[in-house]
Amino acid sequence: MNASAMRTGIRLMAAVAITVIFLFPIYWLFMISFKTADEIYAYPPVWWPHSLNWGSYEVLFKDGDAKTVWNSLVIASISTVIAMLVGTLCAYSLARFRTGGEHLSNWIISQRMVPPIAVVFPIFLLYVFFGLVDTYVGIILLYTAFNLPYVIWMMRGYIMDVPRALEEAALVDGYTRWQVIWKVVFPMCRAGLFATAIFTFMFAWNEFLFALVLTRTEVATYTVQVTHYFGGQSNFWAKISAMSVLGTVPIFIVVAFLQRYLVRGMSLGAIKG
Amino acid sequence: MADLKITGLHKYYGAMHAVRGVDLEIPEGEFTVLVGQSGCGKSTLLRTIAGLEEANEGSIEIGGVRVNNTPPGQRDIAMVFQNYALYPYMTVFDNIAFGLRARKTPAAEIEPKVKRAAQMLAIDKLLDRFPRQLSGGQLQRVAIGRAIVRNARLYLFDEPLSNLDAQLRDEMRGEIKRLHQELGKTMIYVTHDQIEAMTMADRIVLLRDGKIEQQGSPLDLYERPATRYVAGFLGSPSMNFVPVTLTGAAVKLGDGGTLAIDTARASKLDSWQNKPLTLGVRSQHIRRAGAELRVDEVRVMASIDLLQPTGARTYANFRLSGHAAVAELQAHDVSHPNERIELAIDMGRAILIDPDTERVL
Repeated sequence: MNASAMRTGIRLMAAVAITVIFLFPIYWLFMISFKTADEIYAYPPVWWPHSLNWGSYEVLFKDGDAKTVWNSLVIASISTVIAMLVGTLCAYSLARFRTGGEHLSNWIISQRMVPPIAVVFPIFLLYVFFGLVDTYVGIILLYTAFNLPYVIWMMRGYIMDVPRALEEAALVDGYTRWQVIWKVVFPMCRAGLFATAIFTFMFAWNEFLFALVLTRTEVATYTVQVTHYFGGQSNFWAKISAMSVLGTVPIFIVVAFLQRYLVRGMSLGAIKG
Repeated sequence: MADLKITGLHKYYGAMHAVRGVDLEIPEGEFTVLVGQSGCGKSTLLRTIAGLEEANEGSIEIGGVRVNNTPPGQRDIAMVFQNYALYPYMTVFDNIAFGLRARKTPAAEIEPKVKRAAQMLAIDKLLDRFPRQLSGGQLQRVAIGRAIVRNARLYLFDEPLSNLDAQLRDEMRGEIKRLHQELGKTMIYVTHDQIEAMTMADRIVLLRDGKIEQQGSPLDLYERPATRYVAGFLGSPSMNFVPVTLTGAAVKLGDGGTLAIDTARASKLDSWQNKPLTLGVRSQHIRRAGAELRVDEVRVMASIDLLQPTGARTYANFRLSGHAAVAELQAHDVSHPNERIELAIDMGRAILIDPDTERVL
């Protein structure tokens, strides 16, 4: 065996080992969700359950707990769409017209640096006053507001990378400013749009603190629901893991479809520095 | 009728006054070159004509209609940009068809138009490619194609050749001029390159610090510059300037030497007697003196510092009364540097400049 083949072999083994380490918790999560109570607590551990036991999932759907995943999906999707639309237009304005001078964009990103815990209770009091607690509108509004600075900041960078002459050429050729944004700027920063949208969606999907304080039963998200299965005496591991699986699968699907934009979008940002 | 008429145009960028009162009329079908050093306002002027920049004062009329408040897309102009401005996610065909589609041209008309434009520019084999698969020269052809495919009233070129290498630039220069002859359209071309301006223009508009320094046909500006700036800007190598004093029918150099000028000319300059002037001589009007001198020529002894052969001609650097000067000699006039030779300066084609106003007398 020559040196280069050996090096390839070692690299391959390292890659497999690292992948196994990273994938193991996910594997374990999926397995627990299919195990019976005995198998969960068995020692030595059961690596592969005897039969795929769908019982935990059945309970989640029967009790209506699975609806929290739907809530998460609605909230994360709508807030992502609104934040992307509004944020990208803001970003265009900042990038092209120097709206608000030099420092407005820095101020906007600084909003994202506020620790959520510092604002969650004032917001709760406001929401009680306006009757927004435990409503779709309330939580979507909050996630949109929280994601906007991130979207604006990211998209501003991508838009600034689009050569101005491309837009000017389209203007001279008869496009309106809106057509330029839609048909020139958006296609030019498509990778950035997708990457930003994925991160925005993931923030909303994973968010816990605001959801815990601002939702009750109607629009509780799955992140909040999972915590209900940690009891004082015992933890319902099968339900915890089944709910976690339900919460993981949508993200898997989104990333699987959009990963080529994700990678390109992130590397675009990296080169820009 | 003027195709483009600009009156009293001013453009500010904050405190910077980029265009300072430009008046310009461009007749239909003319090829006008706006030329000047970087920062002289030529690109700003072009972009203001296109509507990509707003005019702060003055008016712009295209075809007799004031367009100050008309968006670029409705000014009936087509423009070629310095960095090509091609859409990377579209094929060459789609790039060229872009302007036609934006104007809702019927699909049946688009294809023949695009193909014709592509044929004119010899890019008809590249229509299915993407911009990233093309070379610089091909990209620029596509960019030009995108402009000429539209039947616009006014064609604007913003330094379209400055990203190309020298050989390609020469080739494209000829190509654009040929296109102008074939299409007969009004074209305005911005460049900082005086050779491009000289070779392509029907008319040169030379800008300096946001104002028109002089305008006219290339030979007009070359032979009868109005100011020292114009004289120095056009022509290569740049014109030689030497301070002199007018004494009788001659100019006296700083080192005491004199160069005779035509008596009729001297008498016209009577009020300048014994006053300091600047003498301007093109290197093409200095040759190695032979036994016989032509009319208006004067002899000067010079020691050659440096030789720059270009093939047919050789540039010889020397000092004229202590000031650096260049003579354009025949290839074999001088064999080696430090040779002392006698030069003949054609004073009939030399210019005299008022050093205070820098205007040519």
